[in-house]
Amino acid sequence: MKCDFADSHLQGYFDGELAAPSAAEFERHLQHCVHCADELVDLDLLSGRLQLAQLYEAAPASLRIKIRAGLRPVVPTASVRQPLLWHWLAAAAALLLLAIAGWRVSPMLRTDDYQAEVAAEIVDAHVRSLQPGHMTGIASSDEHAVKAWFDGKVKFAFPVRGFANEGFPLEGGRVDMVEGRSMVALVYSQRDHPVNLFMWPTREQDTSPRAGSRQGYQWIDWRKGKMEFCAVSEASNSDLQQLQRLFTE
Amino acid sequence: MNDLDPEDWLRFEQLVLPHVDNAFNLARWLLRSREDAEDVSQEALLRACRFFRGFHGGDARAWLLQIVRNTCYSWLEKNRPRELMVEFDEELHPQTVATPESIAIADEGRERLGRALETLPPRHREVLVLRELEGCSYKEIAAITSIPIGTVMSSLSRARRELHSALANSSHKEAVREV
Repeated sequence: MKCDFADSHLQGYFDGELAAPSAAEFERHLQHCVHCADELVDLDLLSGRLQLAQLYEAAPASLRIKIRAGLRPVVPTASVRQPLLWHWLAAAAALLLLAIAGWRVSPMLRTDDYQAEVAAEIVDAHVRSLQPGHMTGIASSDEHAVKAWFDGKVKFAFPVRGFANEGFPLEGGRVDMVEGRSMVALVYSQRDHPVNLFMWPTREQDTSPRAGSRQGYQWIDWRKGKMEFCAVSEASNSDLQQLQRLFTE
Repeated sequence: MNDLDPEDWLRFEQLVLPHVDNAFNLARWLLRSREDAEDVSQEALLRACRFFRGFHGGDARAWLLQIVRNTCYSWLEKNRPRELMVEFDEELHPQTVATPESIAIADEGRERLGRALETLPPRHREVLVLRELEGCSYKEIAAITSIPIGTVMSSLSRARRELHSALANSSHKEAVREV
């Protein structure tokens, strides 16, 4: 027979994760619950076995070498050893050329690459969310309820909107972590296709929507008012564009 | 691929690279293979480098492990999707087959425990690895796995029960074999 405390307190107590009052409460309970006392001993034995077995596997040296080889800092190519005037002038001219070339080409390329890379990660997050039980932290079509649920969970302000009349009813939301960033994911359903709309703060300027597809999923990404948005679903891209328009209206 | 300037690179080297062992260990237990873990943790480190601009301080180990975990799951979805659907099955045979002769007696406990751990579904295996091998707090586990902090405790509880029963099961088989 299991007692109620076993689920609510036992693990937390064992892991030292209970707040002091709960821990004290559980200790009082322990004095007359053989079941919990037994289970605590079992937990300790199991944990002890895991520690003793030394299951931790350190990275092989080959991995460290590969990582170092694959990752190298961008090193300035030419260094000026003798600061003669013409050296400076040549360097300045080269820099100017680079800056002009860079201004014309590289910011666009970089933005495109970066946005596409982010979108790829977002599509992965979308796929992960399709697993049972991973779609919503709160399941509700009520904008206010969804908004309230996020209180204290993310540190930025963001809009929550549902579009039931336009074919995108709000289903809920969750906090998702993508590459170390907390993102808000609003979940819509559109003719039974789940749609994830990810939002997170950005320092970049506004961009018009960019769309793409990956692994059979469509994505559309845009930035507005220091926020970046990326919607993903398996529906068609024109549907996502409609959502984008609804959301930015 | 990587476009960190020297200053960022230095920060990356100081903050993130010391956690390569942790990255590898998590990948090793999620993928149940050292070889795959080496490839996937390398890929995760590359991603981490690319997304380092998005890291605004805080716990670098948790940040990296969260990327490792996501990379592992994406890899599993592509290469072994069935594994993500399987619930805990006491009869499931783990992937690694140990040849009894090759295992020194001292290693037997480790081998058996490792095999038992590998029978757990990935989502339970990972919380155990993070808690027992990495020593992560519930808060860190929640951050790494994107599960609500309230769910960490129940996932751990289930994972421990499953490991317990997998071990009982394996010692039972052992006993049968010895008879």
